[in-house]
Amino acid sequence: MTTGIKRTITQEKVVLSSYTNLFLLGVLVLMVFNLYLIFVWVPTDQNLGNVQRVFYFHVPIAWVGFLAFFIVFIASVVYLIRGSEKWDALAYSAAEIGVLFTSLMLLTGILWAKPVWGVWWTWDARLTTTLILWFIYVAYLMLRAYAPRGSQGARYSAILGIIGFIDVPIVYFAVNWWRTLHPEYVVGPAAESGSLETSMLVALLISVVTFTALFSYLLTQRYSLRWAETLIERLHYNRV
Amino acid sequence: MIRNFLGPIWAIAWKDILLEIRTKEIVTPVVVFAILVVVIFNFAIEPTPQMVAAVAPGILWVAFTFAGILGLNRTFSLEKDKGSLDGLMLCPVSRDTIYFGKVLGSYLFMLAVEAIMLPVFAVLFNLSLFLPEVILVAATATLGFAAVGTVFSAMAANTRSREIMLPVLFFPIALPVVIAAVEGTAGTLRGDGWSEIGRWVQLIGVFDVIFLVVSGFAFHFALEE
Amino acid sequence: MSQPSRDSLAIKVKGLSKAFGRTGVLRNLDLEVPWGEFLAIFGANGSGKTTLIRTLASLTRPDSGQIDVAGLSSRREGEKIRTIIGVVTHNILLYEELTVYENLKFYGRMFALKDVDQRINDAVGQMGLSHRMHQRVRILSHGMQKRLSIARALLHHPSILLLDEPESGLDQEALGLLQKAIGITKGSLRAVLMTTHNVEYGLSMADRVAIIADGKIVHKESKETLDVAGFRNTYLHFTGSAL
Repeated sequence: MTTGIKRTITQEKVVLSSYTNLFLLGVLVLMVFNLYLIFVWVPTDQNLGNVQRVFYFHVPIAWVGFLAFFIVFIASVVYLIRGSEKWDALAYSAAEIGVLFTSLMLLTGILWAKPVWGVWWTWDARLTTTLILWFIYVAYLMLRAYAPRGSQGARYSAILGIIGFIDVPIVYFAVNWWRTLHPEYVVGPAAESGSLETSMLVALLISVVTFTALFSYLLTQRYSLRWAETLIERLHYNRV
Repeated sequence: MIRNFLGPIWAIAWKDILLEIRTKEIVTPVVVFAILVVVIFNFAIEPTPQMVAAVAPGILWVAFTFAGILGLNRTFSLEKDKGSLDGLMLCPVSRDTIYFGKVLGSYLFMLAVEAIMLPVFAVLFNLSLFLPEVILVAATATLGFAAVGTVFSAMAANTRSREIMLPVLFFPIALPVVIAAVEGTAGTLRGDGWSEIGRWVQLIGVFDVIFLVVSGFAFHFALEE
Repeated sequence: MSQPSRDSLAIKVKGLSKAFGRTGVLRNLDLEVPWGEFLAIFGANGSGKTTLIRTLASLTRPDSGQIDVAGLSSRREGEKIRTIIGVVTHNILLYEELTVYENLKFYGRMFALKDVDQRINDAVGQMGLSHRMHQRVRILSHGMQKRLSIARALLHHPSILLLDEPESGLDQEALGLLQKAIGITKGSLRAVLMTTHNVEYGLSMADRVAIIADGKIVHKESKETLDVAGFRNTYLHFTGSAL
């Protein structure tokens, strides 16, 4: 049994070293290219000026954040049904990265809001939902730290991963309806920027692809690390 | 069949009520706490008579939400501290029977607290809230609190620093209910029609149904060690 | 499978493992208890005794492994299993602010028992608590509470008993009552699994003895062939501490 686990760890390591370096290289190239597109290639927005470039980061980051939490949800459901620790490791890794990206999303959102809307923060449906999302998954990480060790803590966070994700659309609806009763006042150069130019759309799409690739790289890394931790714990208590 | 299912649920809730009648550990302290919240808000906001109707729903629901958290924290730590949760789990009923029994108990406690709070609130703010719309909003919203709160309090009871963990888990999830309850209450005070208030009640109803089902499923995995 | 429990075992455990974080408590544990047997399991503190009982009672969810109780799978038929097992743990599993009667009545309702009051009278009488019927559990002495927890465990006439160190907190008289109670219900009671580290008590009660160490059953022996000194040596060998 012990040698079996040792072998698994060695195999994982081999897989890690040969493919991930290539993967990392690809992501790096893509990121440099993406930066070039965003800061050099794409034309400056006529209304908003350079600050509009935040948009090419903000939207892909937001997309990656939601993707991460969707993965948490799926992995949590499968973990509760199947009980395999691999799914728990995946859910946890995705949650960590999701919190990171949601934080970045809130930050880039604030950077955007001040010059464009004239306020640092506005309680609009998307921003508020994102903030609540952030709170739910910060709670997820806290729960993980404070819950009892072993499968009980994993089950607790899976429950939150499921309840939290289902709650998101309801939060969005509630805030949206609330918004219609409490209209926001916008003092900046206004948010209605109309339709995007083709070059802007291209830059945005490539940025989405880049950030998704970055996310996949981070997720596979974090996941294999987490899984290795689990295997080491198992080795630890299967000692003869 | 129905009787077999409802019997144990009621037995659990009745046991909680009996314990509460003996110890008075939930309703009384929670009511005192909720009144204090209202008093503090009075000084924080200093509502003028013209403002009262605009801020009262918010103050009321902050008090109810905080009171709910306090009560939920008790309902499971009460079982946990004496190991009686184990006794409950040894009974030949499914885990969702335990869930619904605890939801029912918590729900009744919170309703009791709110029923005491409403007249107190009416006196302090010179504003009667004993209106059918408000009671409907409170009854549905409180059920939503109990539905998610019960599964979270079962989890928090086994977690380090549980007093802080429960609100951190509960508030973000319960936010839609809080928004809808505040708006439903405010709409009533503004004299909005049923169509306007009904929209919020529907939102709460959807929340209640979804989370009674999902939490009932999740509870299976929360109980065992 | 019209008669499931006749030839199957009372308890059958295969490959049971449970870890709490880095601490493995049960490691691939196998155990079989046939019907009609009283098995005493000896083990040091931290050997996994309590976790074994809790896992069999569906209070703890195993990480892996298979548990069959009376031919029922613990994973799918937990509810049915709970109707036929009676459990005594370290905790009394009672509500301190309710009276003896109210506690038992509550459990009676949860087990959907017929003629509850008759059963409560019998169980309370058996454990010598009749005069305490309407007192709150909080004001009972420790020993009395323990007796009550045994009455609670026997209320539904379980056919399998799981006892986790029942002798702790019980005086000599109560031990006798427990022994008698097990004897009285022997008609319906058909298997007992008890953990203990009291050798005299364990040997006086059991038909077979076993040793648990490091989350595994490491030794099993029938009482007829048992030599007490030899058994103590075996225990010392596996656990590193004296019995």
